[in-house]
Amino acid sequence: MPLKVEMVSADRTWWSGEAQSVGAPAADGDLGILPGHQPVLAVLRPGTVRVRPSGGEPVTMDISGGFLSVDSDDVTIVVDPTTSEDPAGTVEN
Amino acid sequence: MGAQQRIYKQRIRSTQTLKKMFRAMELIAASRIGKARDRAVKASPYARAITRAVSAVATHTDVQHPLTTERTDTTRAAVLIVTADRGQAGAYSASVLREAERLRLQLEDEGKEVALYVTGRRGVSFYQFRRREIVQSWTGNSDSPALETAQEIGNTLLDAFQAPAEDGGVAELHVVFTQFKSMVSQEPQVIRLLPLEVVDGVAPVGEKPLPLYEFEPSPEAVLDALLPRYIRSRLFNALLQAAASELAARQRAMNTATKNAEDIIRKYTRLANQARQAEITQEISEIVSGSDALAAS
Repeated sequence: MPLKVEMVSADRTWWSGEAQSVGAPAADGDLGILPGHQPVLAVLRPGTVRVRPSGGEPVTMDISGGFLSVDSDDVTIVVDPTTSEDPAGTVEN
Repeated sequence: MGAQQRIYKQRIRSTQTLKKMFRAMELIAASRIGKARDRAVKASPYARAITRAVSAVATHTDVQHPLTTERTDTTRAAVLIVTADRGQAGAYSASVLREAERLRLQLEDEGKEVALYVTGRRGVSFYQFRRREIVQSWTGNSDSPALETAQEIGNTLLDAFQAPAEDGGVAELHVVFTQFKSMVSQEPQVIRLLPLEVVDGVAPVGEKPLPLYEFEPSPEAVLDALLPRYIRSRLFNALLQAAASELAARQRAMNTATKNAEDIIRKYTRLANQARQAEITQEISEIVSGSDALAAS
């Protein structure tokens, strides 16, 4: 069963969908999340979040901080983006 | 053309110009509301994620945090008032300011000193005219608040809450803003943001129960990262709600203004017709009585 991932920042949702795995830079060491991970709330340090979707290219995003919560395969990543540019190229107005 | 008629024509023309302006402002406000509401919707997944995480920490641990504890060393209370930059929005700014004044009196009755933080030019000029001290103000973009502004306001207020008493530290933070309920109803609201009251199990009804979390690296660190974000997210939400309310209030006010302008145009058109008719009648009776006088002589 894949993970349901939602990557959000204060004013928009950056990415959401199903994924096989998520990698994030937690405060004291990188954190890898696979389906069935135990519930966790982690603070993130600056680094890169990597999401491997069920199909398609891996998604990466540079962050300057944030936190991550895992709760029975629902992964919510709250990010402080380093850029205000949208990865999909759709500029928000 | 008689003098009276000319005056009526003048009034009609100037009211027509005003009507065009009112109509344009109504349409502009209407087109921006959708965008403002859209932004509020886009910000909600973040707010939901943070709220859920905060309640998760609160439910499973008994951690004291500076942001959740009452301060007793100072009686200063910060009040953030969210108003509009521009007028022409009916009672929008006035009702926020009335609510703010009520809160101020209440806080002063409780023996607290009020420190004012204002966003929006209307609020700033209201307090400047009354010669009240404003600690800090932010103006510009009240109808489409930038995320950066919200962050800046949040940081300023969080700093004030954590500052020592002699440096103007505050013990409480209240926010007065207008909540967007629907297109026809916006209500001024007062919320106390700091110190935070974390209620156990604040997760909304209907959601699945919160699991037992593991905290990485520690519950304290998680709370440290979460709470300022939570405050900033609440502030950003308040600004977005206020923006949508402002636009809705403006649209309604301008709609009424357009209707009033139409009424005035109709009234003066009638009066002008009447004056023209009276003039014609008078001229006829002058001619008739003149020719009568000539015929009689």
